[in-house]
Amino acid sequence: MLTQLPLYQQAILTLAAMILFTSFALLAQQRVLAMIHVFAWQGLLVAVTTAMVAYDSGAHHLYFSAALTLGLKVLLIPWLLHRLVHRLGIHRQPHTVAHPAVVLMAAAALVIFAYYVTLPIHQLAHSITRNTVAISMAVVLLGLLMLITRNKAVSQVIGFMSLENGLFFAAVAATHGMPMVVELGVAFDVLVAMVIFGVFFFHIRDSIDSLDVGQLNRLAEREP
Amino acid sequence: MIALQLTLGIPLLAAILLALFGQRPWAGSLNLWAAIAGFVASAWLAWAVLHHGAFDGNSGGGASQFYIDSFNVYLIALTAFVGATTALFSRPYMAQEETAGRLSARRLRLYHASYQGFLFTLQLALSTNNLGVLWVAMEGATLATVLLVSLYRTPEAIEAAWKYFIVCGVGIALALFGTVLVYFAAAQVIPDPEQALLWSELARHSAELKPVVMAIAFVFLLVGYGTKVGLVPMHTWLPDAHSEGPTPMSAVLSGLLLNVALYAVVRVKILTDGALAAHAEVHDPHLPGYLMMGFGLLSFIVAGLFLHRQRDIKRLFSYSSIEHMGLMTFAFGLGGPLATFAGLLHMTVHSLTKSAIFITVGHASHIAGTQGMEQIRGLIRTQPAVGWGLLIGTAVIAGFPPFGVFVSEFLLLSATMAAQPWLTLPLLVGLAVAFAGLFRHVQPMVYGDLPEGQGAVRANMWPVAIQLALVLWLGLAIPAFLARWFDQATLLISGESLL
Repeated sequence: MLTQLPLYQQAILTLAAMILFTSFALLAQQRVLAMIHVFAWQGLLVAVTTAMVAYDSGAHHLYFSAALTLGLKVLLIPWLLHRLVHRLGIHRQPHTVAHPAVVLMAAAALVIFAYYVTLPIHQLAHSITRNTVAISMAVVLLGLLMLITRNKAVSQVIGFMSLENGLFFAAVAATHGMPMVVELGVAFDVLVAMVIFGVFFFHIRDSIDSLDVGQLNRLAEREP
Repeated sequence: MIALQLTLGIPLLAAILLALFGQRPWAGSLNLWAAIAGFVASAWLAWAVLHHGAFDGNSGGGASQFYIDSFNVYLIALTAFVGATTALFSRPYMAQEETAGRLSARRLRLYHASYQGFLFTLQLALSTNNLGVLWVAMEGATLATVLLVSLYRTPEAIEAAWKYFIVCGVGIALALFGTVLVYFAAAQVIPDPEQALLWSELARHSAELKPVVMAIAFVFLLVGYGTKVGLVPMHTWLPDAHSEGPTPMSAVLSGLLLNVALYAVVRVKILTDGALAAHAEVHDPHLPGYLMMGFGLLSFIVAGLFLHRQRDIKRLFSYSSIEHMGLMTFAFGLGGPLATFAGLLHMTVHSLTKSAIFITVGHASHIAGTQGMEQIRGLIRTQPAVGWGLLIGTAVIAGFPPFGVFVSEFLLLSATMAAQPWLTLPLLVGLAVAFAGLFRHVQPMVYGDLPEGQGAVRANMWPVAIQLALVLWLGLAIPAFLARWFDQATLLISGESLL
């Protein structure tokens, strides 16, 4: 079945699987520099997939989206994170995951759930789109899971950005990209968000002497 | 149309100017005058739409990127109005914060630039025709306000801002996924990809959109934008952000941002309703309505209960905002002309009342020097204007006649009685619980024993007086043009007109 597809579509499917793999790698990764590198690889895979889809479908504006992803997600944001991590002096700190086995099992369940949700959409029945849409949704959900299970600010931000990768991949996979004005707007928002995150790292460190956001718990509703 | 360009251009230009010169002593005045000019422009826009009907940006063929109809134009005018009155309050308030040494001139520059930037993103979200741009503007509103929440740089403020950023960022990311799904459904119906996210085009073709995709998309959009509406259980950011940020920002967050997020939900509900109704044999056409009713009722009840255990005055009123947003979500979910009319009216009166309350609360906490309700006492004897303002504001928001909140809640109860009679019971119980929750805290703050050494502060109560008078007017007699306007919006949302 798979081998009957044109070569480009096979390649797109393989790349999609690798994107999903990087999401799992992010979930289990314990070292912050390695995490940033995996995130950059994920961005690169998304950019290459976008370029492939552009070639395969003849949607030329996607080349621009691919370049945008390459610039933002592969070069600029990982570079910013690298610099921040070094300036904050936390590049050797371990970022432990509480129950890695449970988290990875939950992640596998989320992937199955993503396939289950996309199953009733008939328009997806005959194309490779079903796989790519399901995978993009899984990447979004895994990003959410990473946000929940991590308690260090930097890993939460990487989870957030990986979630954004999933959204971008969904747009490419399902609809060959969004209208240009929207794509530019989203890229701008992501960039501004990254800058603000960077500002916040310093604020959080100044306020609690660490980047362990689990310690930010003064405002919880408690018994009066 | 020039009025639209001015409505959007003035706050954008002011934001840029204030980002450059915001530390100057006249920045507060520039902020105020820009907000007033924005209000004049939006009133002009509203007048034009009222007289010439819906406006879609260009005279030639095809839809444009902007679309103004009776539903969003009144929200545009309301946003500009509350933005202007809050700026009127903010000028002396922030100056006082600077004198008290809580803020530096550089932070004030950030504050003023963010304030106008926030107004710009709200107006863009309201006036755009493109669901993608709507998303970009909603995310922009988060980005513009997140550094305001942490303006005081206390550990609590940083925590609130981080929570706000992460929770709203994730919520809004889910809304983007929903937007992608809408685009996916639209791409099979609308051939031109540049037109496929335009709301006016989608509304025209809504019956042809695939119902399964639209239903999944709606769930994502409801949860996503619902996070910004403050629906339980995605509400956790809201009380923190309101209580830790500067008070003018609490006023515009509660009064404006929540409304705009709800506006986005209602826009996509119209599309989903259209898609599901055309395929009623396959899917329950009421799915979006039931989801909104469920989330709305849950928020209403939970927030009402949380009112009782608050100790911070701004947290108290932010839970009251969650409660009222829940009520509006419920109203739009219930559907039908009467409930929709009630929802629209409630959006207006809640926004006016809540921003007035937050302004009063700002003065009250300046008088007492704290936001802790146990220390705020005897307001009515220290400064009668603030005491009465808080008392009347609370009475209004609790739904006392003859104010506008009473009218909209009464209309909603009547609509519920007709459509889902057994749901009136939780609504009435919830209103009583919220009433008790508000007054058990407000009563001692207004009347309690005067603490020693408490003195009056310089307070500008004009915005409060004007806004509460407007709410009173809306409660006694809704002016004909406004009623016609709400009615047109009701027709647009529910498919039937009321009057």
